[in-house]
Amino acid sequence: MEYLPNICFAVVLILGIGYFTKNVKKLIRNIKLGQDVDVSDNKPQRWKNMLMIALGQSKMVKRPIAGLLHIIVYIGFVIINIEILEIIVDGLLGTHRIGLKVFPTLIYGFLIGTFEVLAVLVFIAVILFWVRRNVIKLQRFWKSEMTSWPKSDANYILYFEMVLMTLFLVMNATDVDFQALQTGNTISRDIAPWFSGLSESNLHFVERTAWWFHILGILVFLNYLYFSKHLHILLAFPNTFYAKLTPKGQFNNLEAVTKEVKLMMDPNVDPFAASAEGTEADIPAKFGASDVQDLNWVQLLNAYTCTECGRCTSECPANQTGKKLSPRKIMMDTRDRLEEVGKNIDANKGIFREDDKQLLDDYISREELWACTTCSACVEACPVSIDPLSIILDMRRYLVMEQSAAPLELNNMMTNMENNGAPWPYNQMDRLNWKNE
Amino acid sequence: MNEGLKVPTMAEFIAQGKQPEVLFWVGCAGSFDDRAKKITKAFVKLLNKANVEFAVLGTEESCTGDPAKRAGNEFLFQMQAVTNIEVLNAYEIKKIVTACPHCFNTIKNEYPGLGGNYEVMHHTQFLKALLEEGRLSIEGGQFKGKRITFHDPCYLGRANNVYEAPRNLIQKLEAELVEMKNCRQNGLCCGAGGAQMFKESEKGHKDVNIERTEQALDTKPQIIAAGCPFCNTMMTDGVKAKEKESDISVMDIAELIASAQDL
Repeated sequence: MEYLPNICFAVVLILGIGYFTKNVKKLIRNIKLGQDVDVSDNKPQRWKNMLMIALGQSKMVKRPIAGLLHIIVYIGFVIINIEILEIIVDGLLGTHRIGLKVFPTLIYGFLIGTFEVLAVLVFIAVILFWVRRNVIKLQRFWKSEMTSWPKSDANYILYFEMVLMTLFLVMNATDVDFQALQTGNTISRDIAPWFSGLSESNLHFVERTAWWFHILGILVFLNYLYFSKHLHILLAFPNTFYAKLTPKGQFNNLEAVTKEVKLMMDPNVDPFAASAEGTEADIPAKFGASDVQDLNWVQLLNAYTCTECGRCTSECPANQTGKKLSPRKIMMDTRDRLEEVGKNIDANKGIFREDDKQLLDDYISREELWACTTCSACVEACPVSIDPLSIILDMRRYLVMEQSAAPLELNNMMTNMENNGAPWPYNQMDRLNWKNE
Repeated sequence: MNEGLKVPTMAEFIAQGKQPEVLFWVGCAGSFDDRAKKITKAFVKLLNKANVEFAVLGTEESCTGDPAKRAGNEFLFQMQAVTNIEVLNAYEIKKIVTACPHCFNTIKNEYPGLGGNYEVMHHTQFLKALLEEGRLSIEGGQFKGKRITFHDPCYLGRANNVYEAPRNLIQKLEAELVEMKNCRQNGLCCGAGGAQMFKESEKGHKDVNIERTEQALDTKPQIIAAGCPFCNTMMTDGVKAKEKESDISVMDIAELIASAQDL
């Protein structure tokens, strides 16, 4: 019976980490449903981007208020979580504050004191975040794609953090031995008096309860990630690493098209010849994207990384002028459809069964796709280097090259280009007429 | 007006066994659009004044394919690109200047992968270089002290990180450069990109060019400077819609510099 708490703790820890691992595997499998794309180039620049943008939050601070609050929560969360190490060791070994045996009291006190100050700062920042969403109602948090789940998700995360910070401070405040050290209780010494009416055994009970709920809360939060926009705390790192390095205006040239065009332009090719061995397989089944499996895996990683902050949408010229297009919705739809495909695979023993649905039309409408000006404002705005524009372009490619479903005026423009080398119906032979006008 | 305009073609250069120092890629708007043709001519006047040995492709030029690519027609884009690259490579072109940021972006970024490798400059970058080499001088003239705001073309600014060249030129005119609420990396699109120029916009509560024109008008400018023929059209339409065309003109940077010198 003496080891019951240790065993309970070990079981809880294994369950928590085990379920998380299971979902991470699912996440990786889903991302790998995307097409392959070569992102092995320029590693130094990729590492630098990850360090600057994900670790260094360089794009978050473009909006100073949200940026500063976010940095507080981010630093606080990372540093306070060092405390988890002690909790895990204590929990498994049945020790109490093992850190005191490892570090000199002063250093231990300094660490915990820092955590306590950060906990208060995080608590305040989280409250301000909540106020921005729910009281000030910043426009970008109330756009039409922010339906009930995305709004609740965001608030649940904030509540989680408030509760975790409170539990951490209460745990310290009610720890009689820790308070007696008179070091490290920077904040909790002012909370301790709130519990002064309690007997020592009740105080101990509160301390144990706070300790248990703190670690349970962290494990629940860890497992909540997969179901939440909060996944960005992990995926921001790979996402910024694999993000586009070329200029924003450079869109990829489809290789399969290049092959066809080269063949068409080559006067030595016999148009009736059977295709050479192996070339058939090089031509993709589909040009462009109508569903998530047609996108590449970096685009799918983008979708899971999106934390729905809406900076992209608030910078989008189409959205600002009341069009349906919202780059954030493009990312949310991609993730939702990918999750649906993933669940379909789970339910059908690892094989996707046609469900008569796709990303195009069932999630993203043509009206949204055609409203994009390809201005890259969304790409520039994203604090974690997501590229909604590439998905819009790939879906336009499907509409035009597979379905010939461009708006009529664009078909006219393209016909002009084919016939006379300009988007307007002017003769190519008149191209230099301006010289004499 | 244009007796003095010297616009040699590549074919003429080759016939004389010469290579120009730069190819001026005029673009479809610069060739055919009445408003943009004025920009083309202003830029040519400056090239002539600076004694730049340039050539145009003339009737051998064809659309870069930008609007087709951005509309999703990769086939048409690559057909256009490969045809243009054949012409450019046959003439052994090394350096290209263009007054259209869309042509600039496409040739600079998307042609190399298809076999077209050139040094590509936007005309504002080229003019700035001429100025620095002492081949061209800029004087304020009628624009001295005028309030000018610059609208960043997406495909020059955000797409290729060129923000300073056009601004430096405006400052050289001794004009007062005033910035809009959204400028440089955060510049708001004029609404023409991504082939929107050629179609009606989707349903909304406002046109993008009106939104951008309002931002420009907030700076109380006398002139809205542009660096893209399509932005020029959109902003001109916006100014007209706001009934401000008698007070505010929309001008390309090349036009500003040329008309400051009464060219």
